[in-house]
Amino acid sequence: MATNFTLTHATASAELSPRLTVAEEVAKFIRTKPIGAAGAVIILGMLGLAAFAELLAPYDPYHGDYGQQFARPSAEHWFGTDEFGRDVMSRIMYGARIALFVGFTASFSGCTIGALLGVTSAYWGGRVDLLLERLMDILLAFPQLILALAIASILGPAVQNVVIAIAIPVIPRVARVVRSAALSVKENVYVEAVQALGASRRRVILQHIIPNVMAPYIIMVTAQLGAAILAEAALSYLGLGAAEPTPSWGLMLSGSAPSYAEKAPWIALFPGIAISLGVFGFNLFGDSLRDALDPKLRGR
Amino acid sequence: MRTYIAKRLLLIVPTLFGAAALVFLIMRVIPGDVALLIFGGDAGGHIDPKQLAAMRERLGLDQPLWVQFGTWLWGVLRFDFGTSLWTGRPVVEELLIRLPLSLELALLATTVSVIIAIPLGMLAAIRQDTWVDYGVRVVSIGGLAIPGFWVGILCILFLVIFFGWGPPLEFTPPWVDPWANLQMMVWPIVTVGYRQAAVTTRMTRSTLLEVLREDYIRTAWAKGLRERAVVIRHALKNSMLPVITLNGVGRFLIDAVAHRDYPVVQALIFLTAFSFVVVNLLVDLTYAWFDPRIRYR
Repeated sequence: MATNFTLTHATASAELSPRLTVAEEVAKFIRTKPIGAAGAVIILGMLGLAAFAELLAPYDPYHGDYGQQFARPSAEHWFGTDEFGRDVMSRIMYGARIALFVGFTASFSGCTIGALLGVTSAYWGGRVDLLLERLMDILLAFPQLILALAIASILGPAVQNVVIAIAIPVIPRVARVVRSAALSVKENVYVEAVQALGASRRRVILQHIIPNVMAPYIIMVTAQLGAAILAEAALSYLGLGAAEPTPSWGLMLSGSAPSYAEKAPWIALFPGIAISLGVFGFNLFGDSLRDALDPKLRGR
Repeated sequence: MRTYIAKRLLLIVPTLFGAAALVFLIMRVIPGDVALLIFGGDAGGHIDPKQLAAMRERLGLDQPLWVQFGTWLWGVLRFDFGTSLWTGRPVVEELLIRLPLSLELALLATTVSVIIAIPLGMLAAIRQDTWVDYGVRVVSIGGLAIPGFWVGILCILFLVIFFGWGPPLEFTPPWVDPWANLQMMVWPIVTVGYRQAAVTTRMTRSTLLEVLREDYIRTAWAKGLRERAVVIRHALKNSMLPVITLNGVGRFLIDAVAHRDYPVVQALIFLTAFSFVVVNLLVDLTYAWFDPRIRYR
């Protein structure tokens, strides 16, 4: 009898929501979220530039040509050249690598550590929760970029240090969100039921809590991706990121670029467009993903 | 409500203490010796070690770390942030010179952004997934994507190249010459205001979307109250951001870090954290005032 009941229930729910193939999901996303799809196109374009920079870039990004200093944008140098005669377009293509590397590693590591702390805090509760929450409060007292700036100046200018500096301020923000999501999951009757059945802590956390906080986690990762790329640009601009001659977008805007602004505005113009477009793409995609994943915002 | 306020006030104490300790430690961990820098840095050739030790003693850097921290914390409690290691003037005085500029920008940019953002965000939410919504979102996401420092470069570039006009560099307080003041402030206001408007538009949109999903009776009740609370919450929180991002105090901070001017950096970061915490508290209290569900938790 009991088996019978479960079976009918299973068939009924299977009929209600037919499983879509990946292609169908993608088609549905493009149809219902054209803005998100546009963002995805920009992201894919950026990934393509970063992956095939060797093939696509017309010049060596490190090679200066002193006969070609401050060349205007032309058929030879589409985006012109900088004060060392280096091709701006080639440098932007290679710069996509650093932007993506820092963006992905900082946002994934920061969000993952934050999510783990959030789940720990929610599941253990009591003193662990209190301690972790106060720690997060302290970190949250500082604006994101100020904390990143402070950490980057302690660690010194290097790409891996920029990743750490950007990831740490992300942790408390994600921990907060995931903690409250995990708290409400924990209150569900089925969690109580599996606990009563003797499920281990490990099992409850891995099988029941973590899958249910994946949506806010994914939303935070995509939201922080754009922010991380922007933060990398800001830190490099302030001289706390990658060092010359590395082609980093923020670095290309700093130092001499503003002082040559009148003579050669393209040096400052194109890297700025690259940063804005990249961050714009990630934010468009993240925003639509949030609309799609968050049941509170889902379209009617 | 009274218990809620008391609880929140008590929680502030450990947070601020932790923030103070963190700020203090961060500054002492950064490599670089201010006494050495005052004598011309590493490039200055031979420096008499006796002179160096005397300088450290004069600046109080020879004391154990916890004594230095205690002295500083005691000063902070009495709103005395010490004197700048470089100029020898009280840090509070140095800050007060730069404060009007920052406050004016924060106030004007927030006002502009709220006026633009709230109607736009509501429009986008009511017309979710139409071209109106897409347009509003593209403009607001764009505001978040463009780096502020780059817009600064661009503004000056365009004005100088195409109009041959540069904004005046000297700060004129609005009570001395409102027109000269506005000429200088208009670009920072546009830059900061656009960015803030972008944040507020997105918040308004998603909040309204949530409200629109609720049962309709609750919506009718909640719309007037909850929305207003949320708008206040975000408009207020965001109004703190320009205070630190702009040149008035921002540039001061970066210079102070470069010179290892510990008291100045500590005061700046601590005061930022302090205002952040206080604004958040005020905002949460307003929020609790509007929404009884929070009060009784």
